[in-house]
Amino acid sequence: MDFSEEQIKRYARHIILPEVGGEGQIKLLSSKVLLIGAGGLGAPCGYYLGAAGIGTLGIVDYDTVDLSNLQRQIWHGTADVGRYKVDSAKDSIERINPDVNVVTYKEGINAANIKDIIKDYDVVIDATDNFPTRYLINDACRFMKKPLVYGSIFRFDGQATVFLPEEGPCYRCLFPTPPPAGLVPSCQEAGVLGVLPGVIGAIQANEAIKIILGIGTTLSGRLLIYDALDMKFTEMKLRQDKTCPLCGENPTIFELIEYGDLCEFKN
Amino acid sequence: MSEYKENSELNIKGEICPFTFVKSKLALEKMKKGEILRVIVDYEPAIRNVPRSMEEQGHKVLSINKINNTDYEIIVEKDGKK
Repeated sequence: MDFSEEQIKRYARHIILPEVGGEGQIKLLSSKVLLIGAGGLGAPCGYYLGAAGIGTLGIVDYDTVDLSNLQRQIWHGTADVGRYKVDSAKDSIERINPDVNVVTYKEGINAANIKDIIKDYDVVIDATDNFPTRYLINDACRFMKKPLVYGSIFRFDGQATVFLPEEGPCYRCLFPTPPPAGLVPSCQEAGVLGVLPGVIGAIQANEAIKIILGIGTTLSGRLLIYDALDMKFTEMKLRQDKTCPLCGENPTIFELIEYGDLCEFKN
Repeated sequence: MSEYKENSELNIKGEICPFTFVKSKLALEKMKKGEILRVIVDYEPAIRNVPRSMEEQGHKVLSINKINNTDYEIIVEKDGKK
């Protein structure tokens, strides 16, 4: 493919990079990334992926914009309150980069729809906020051999890593099974510093782009831990667990599991 | 005029940096190792910036010449330093 004059200007800073070049930019423009979650992590991540010229960006979120989201979900504005998050997100990306084909899914991700949704994408990004969905995404990505970029946030602490389908650990090597219902304050109840998902979401976009380009070293096998309060980055080695129920030597999970709502902290 | 026989020519008069290099790089990406590109520019700083970036990225700058009152040519061999 040949770049238009506008594309040459738009992507000049990528094309100049030896690791990207015109060839790398074409890879980005030909790639398909699925972003699950259009909230705190999804907003910065999707913004950067859109600006980078990811060709097709799928965004999954059933929720609508609430005023309390705007402290961190930077691609929604005050006027978007009440709209579907995916509609607001699509408008924001198209305003930045008309090259991106934004595909929206106004539904919750579940065992019935996940395989069908992720099958056409090259990379999946977990920008969700709850355990049941994280297990579902992890398991589906293993089954369908999709690289998964993981991120999570809580109060002032963030984590990010990459789970590759053919090698290295998966989410269940880190957390084999979900915590009991009510143990973990979830999504709705936990406070979070607004900037925190900006840092982690941007890291997720960075890793997705590296996976597509095949450059650098991804976070596969390493859990990056960010402490926004004391401003520290640390990392923990992650090893593939031989006893992992999903990717270990004697797996016991062969189909998708719906864990149901674990966020019943107040009940 | 240069003594080199170019395989390809790129006239980017009117372009300024960094687009002079960006367009030169895109042209080089379409060529084979060892082939020669002649780039014509009329933005004087480009005769320093473009060759420096080309050399950094593994290409060999063979010659830089003023060809008339306004224009310059940069002759570069693709991947000549790799």
